[in-house]
Amino acid sequence: MRNTLIVARRELGGYFATPVAVVFIVIFLALQGMLTFNLGNFFDRNQADLAPFFNFVPWVFLLLVPAITMRLWAEERRLGTIELLLTLPITLAEAVVGKFLAAWAFCAIALALTFPFVITVNYLGTPDNGVIASGYLGALLVAGAFLSVGAALSAATKNQVIAFVLAVSVCFIFAVASYPVVTDFLSRNMPVLADVARRVSVTERFGAFTRGVIGLRDVIFFASFIGFWLFLNIVIVEHRKAD
Amino acid sequence: MAAQIEATLIEIDGLTKKFSGFVAVDNVSFQVARGEVLGFLGPNGAGKSTTMRMLAGFMTPTAGTARICGHDVRDASLAARKRLGFLPEGAPTYPEMTVLAFLQFVGRIRGYRGRELADRVAHAIDLTTLAGVRLQPVETLSKGFKRRVGLAQALLHDPDVLVLDEPTDGLDPNQKHEVRKLIADMRANKAIVISTHILEEVDAVCTRAIVIANGRVVADATPADLAKLAPSGKLDDVFRQLTLPPSTLNAAA
Repeated sequence: MRNTLIVARRELGGYFATPVAVVFIVIFLALQGMLTFNLGNFFDRNQADLAPFFNFVPWVFLLLVPAITMRLWAEERRLGTIELLLTLPITLAEAVVGKFLAAWAFCAIALALTFPFVITVNYLGTPDNGVIASGYLGALLVAGAFLSVGAALSAATKNQVIAFVLAVSVCFIFAVASYPVVTDFLSRNMPVLADVARRVSVTERFGAFTRGVIGLRDVIFFASFIGFWLFLNIVIVEHRKAD
Repeated sequence: MAAQIEATLIEIDGLTKKFSGFVAVDNVSFQVARGEVLGFLGPNGAGKSTTMRMLAGFMTPTAGTARICGHDVRDASLAARKRLGFLPEGAPTYPEMTVLAFLQFVGRIRGYRGRELADRVAHAIDLTTLAGVRLQPVETLSKGFKRRVGLAQALLHDPDVLVLDEPTDGLDPNQKHEVRKLIADMRANKAIVISTHILEEVDAVCTRAIVIANGRVVADATPADLAKLAPSGKLDDVFRQLTLPPSTLNAAA
């Protein structure tokens, strides 16, 4: 555990020592602001809530989270530092979880910096801040889910562009799995899979959080989703670290 | 006999690594005792780095194993790595970190805290004369400094076993001299393996040399005995004789 935190701390420091942190946070805030206020009709709706904000969060994460994770392992391999890291006295699981936690903490910082939205709705009306809080929790879990996918795929290749494209594609599948286009197609052709698709949909699970419902099943879903991809991450690094 | 076993810090036992299509390291066995500096020689691609990576627990051997201070690198990898200082090929470091932050990171992973951490880092910086650049990001340093940062990281915990992959590669003659002196000073209470293809290095620091070619050990002797293998008495000629196929040698002659 201690080693996990040491790795996470170093990694998180790395984001802020390079322009990655600033660029990511600025683009994230700008995109969220534009989408919420313009496309989301934040003011015209005349409702004091953050529904337009949360509607776009998974899609902005879908684009930006793979940009963080693409370098996670691919960069270690390119620099050769993976050889240094994995010959220090730490387990592979400690290294994998440490890197994931750093990326997750970074997303949490980016999300926390959207606090002006919360202030705005509270200034304009009297929103249900409990719903807003559960929406933020959901957003953090979506970020964690996408990060775990991206991190595992980053371990599979030395090429950061490939890591990015793979991560966006796989995350996209989990984002749209519950959409009518997908489920209608599946129920016509493979009815069994239609139900599965709805259950593994990250956006569907997130929807419950934005309505203020924190379901145990949804929390367990996110925990096992992240756990599964982290496990896969460990397996991939173990097999491919020396290639 | 007991003293003999204690003195052997590195035991490599039938180590083999096969990649798809070829055998990179083929049944390599040797031992290194406390007080020895073993020069690991061979042409590029002979299997030096692969052997060292297996010894450091980075690559899993296809067959055979290695023990560091009695800890098997396959079954007791963490215990083995705690006793080992390893400089990987090319001395990789995190480019955006300062020298100090990087060494502190390695020190924390090695289990040091507070006062002890500061002392260990200061000592490693002192040994490798990095004091002048300790607050500079590693990416701004010259190749020679980067190599010394890698060396500092390997020395930080004063390990019994040091495995250094090309520790003097890219250094200027003065820096080479300093690193060799450092290795010679530490020799008495450690087992050290350095890989190199610079033959003068063997004469300068090694008490013993192993030549590897195509993944096999082709010679294991003191530098003086090794030199006697060629009529000219030069290590260069011995190296060529041992590592080039006979037909190429005749053609060159």
